[in-house]
Amino acid sequence: MIVIENVSLTYRGTPILKDIDLSIPKGGITALIGPNGAGKSSLLSLIARLQPIQTGAITVDDLSVASTPSRKLARHLAILRQEGAVASRLTVRELVGFGRYPHHQGRPGSEDLAHVDAALDEFDLKPLSHRFIDTLSGGQRQRAMVAMTFCQATDYMLLDEPLNNLDIFHARQLMRLLRRIADERRRTAIVVLHDINQAAAYADRIVAMRNGRVIAQGAPEEVLNVAVLEEIFGYRMQVERMHGKPQVLHHI
Amino acid sequence: MPDRRLIVLFALAVSAMLAFMTVGLRGNLAFVLELRGLKLLALLQVAISIAMSTILFQTVTANRILTPSIMGLDALYLLGQTAMIFSLGGLGYAALGGGWKFTSEVLLMMLLAMALLWPLLRSRTEVNLMLLAGVTLSLLFRSLTQLLSRLLDPNAFAVVQTSSFANFNAIQTDMNLFGTAVTLAAALLCWRARHVLDIIGLGREAAIGLGVNWTKAIAALLLLVSVQVAISTALVGPVAFFGLLVSALAERIMPTHRHGLLLPAAALIAIILLVSGQTLLEYALDGASALGIVIEFVGGLVFLFLLFFGSRK
Repeated sequence: MIVIENVSLTYRGTPILKDIDLSIPKGGITALIGPNGAGKSSLLSLIARLQPIQTGAITVDDLSVASTPSRKLARHLAILRQEGAVASRLTVRELVGFGRYPHHQGRPGSEDLAHVDAALDEFDLKPLSHRFIDTLSGGQRQRAMVAMTFCQATDYMLLDEPLNNLDIFHARQLMRLLRRIADERRRTAIVVLHDINQAAAYADRIVAMRNGRVIAQGAPEEVLNVAVLEEIFGYRMQVERMHGKPQVLHHI
Repeated sequence: MPDRRLIVLFALAVSAMLAFMTVGLRGNLAFVLELRGLKLLALLQVAISIAMSTILFQTVTANRILTPSIMGLDALYLLGQTAMIFSLGGLGYAALGGGWKFTSEVLLMMLLAMALLWPLLRSRTEVNLMLLAGVTLSLLFRSLTQLLSRLLDPNAFAVVQTSSFANFNAIQTDMNLFGTAVTLAAALLCWRARHVLDIIGLGREAAIGLGVNWTKAIAALLLLVSVQVAISTALVGPVAFFGLLVSALAERIMPTHRHGLLLPAAALIAIILLVSGQTLLEYALDGASALGIVIEFVGGLVFLFLLFFGSRK
C-alpha cells in the first residue's frame, strides 16, 4: 500500500499540491485523472522520489520514500515518465534490459535474462528486439518503455500518461496489457490518464484531482458522475452506462 | 569475448607504441630507449586521461559536443597552478617536488570545479547555454591566470609560461611514477563506473527510477573528470579539441551506448593518434611540426563539423 500523508509541494511560490492525504491499495489499476496542472504528475514524481518531499511523508509498503536508499526502492517501485528523448543507440532488448539494473547492478545473471525475455514476449516486442529505439514508431517505442518498467519486476508501477501519442488501437492494446499484468501477475499500476473513458473501462479505482487537491476517489462508478466531473473539469458532461460501466460523453 | 573492433584497435595501439620505441634509433641505445620509454609512459597517461574524461563528461552532460576543455576545466587547472606559484613564489613552488605539487594542484582544482561547474551540471541545462557558459568561464579562468602572471616576478613567470601551452615535445617527466599511479587508479574507477554510466545516459529521471543516487553519482564523476584533466594538463598543458576528436571517432567506430566498449575504444584511439602522431612528427619528419598544433587543427575541424551538422545525442 502506498500511503501519502499531508503532502504539500510548492514550486517558486506557486502551490502545486495542497495537503494531499491518500492511500493507494496494493493490487489492481489506479487511475489519476484531472485537468492539466492538477498536480497528477507532481504527485507521481514525489512518490517515485524524483523530487524531494517538501512537507509530509510518503511510504511504499512501509518503506519511507524520503529515507530508503534509492537502490532498495528501485526494487519495489518503478516509474515511467513522459519524457520523449532516449539515447538513440540502444536496441529494444538493451533498453528493456536496463529495467533489471536494480537487481544486478550491471552484471545480469540467467534469471535477469529470463525476465527480459518474458517482458519482450509479454509486450510483443520479440520481432523488434534488435531494432534501435530511434527507428521505432511512437507506439512501439512507448511499448518498449513500458516493457522496461515492467521488467523491473516491482510491485508498483507508476506510469505518467502512458497513452500519450498513442492511436486508439495502441492505446487500447496497452490498457488491455496493463489489465492483464495487474490480474495475472498481481502487479499494482498507478496510471495518469487523460482519457476518462479508458480509466472507466480498465481502472479499479479512480483518484480525481484538481488544483493540487484530491476531489474524489473510489471505484469508477462512484467517481464518474455528473457532479464530480463538473467539479473537476468545470463543465457539465453527460454520463451514460454501457455494459455496466460509466461512459462519459465529454467531447460534446 | 572482447569485441572484434577493440582487438583491431588494440593491435594498432601496440604497433604505434612499437614504432615509437624503434623508429630512427641511433646513438646510445640504453639511453635513448629509457628516454623514449619515459616519454611513451607520459603519452599513454595523457591519452587515457583525456579519452576517458571526455567520455565521462559527455555522458554526464548528455551531449556529444562538450568536452572538459571546452568547459574550461584545463584553464581552471592552470589558474590553480598560477595561483599556487603566485602565493608560494617560483622557488617555493619548484621546491615542492612532483608528488606534492601535483596533489595540491589536483585538490585545489577539484574544489574549484565543484564550486563553479556543479551548479551548471546539476540541472543539465540546455547545451547551447552550457557551451556559452563554458566558453565564458574558460575565458574568465584564462584572464585571471594572465592577471596573476602579470603580477609575478620574471623568474616565477617563466615557470608559469612553460606550463601554459600544449607541448608534446617537452613533456614533464618528473612526476611519472606518481602520475602513472593516479592515471591507473582513475582509469580503474572509470571502468568500474561503466554500468552506472550506461544508466546515467538514460537521463536523470530514468536513472533515479532505476535506483541510481543521481547527485552523488554526478558529483563523483565530476571529481574523477577533474583528476584526469589535471593529469593531462600537468603533463602536456591544455589541449582543447583532442578529447572531442577521440570521442567522435570512438562513437563512429563503436555504434553503441555501452561504456564497457566506449571507454576502452576511446582510450585506444587516443593512444593510436597521440603515439603514432608523435612518432611521425618527431622521429620520421624530424620535428617538422608540433603535434599539439596538428591535433588542435584536426580536432577543431571536427568540432565545427559536429556543430554544423549536428550529432546524435
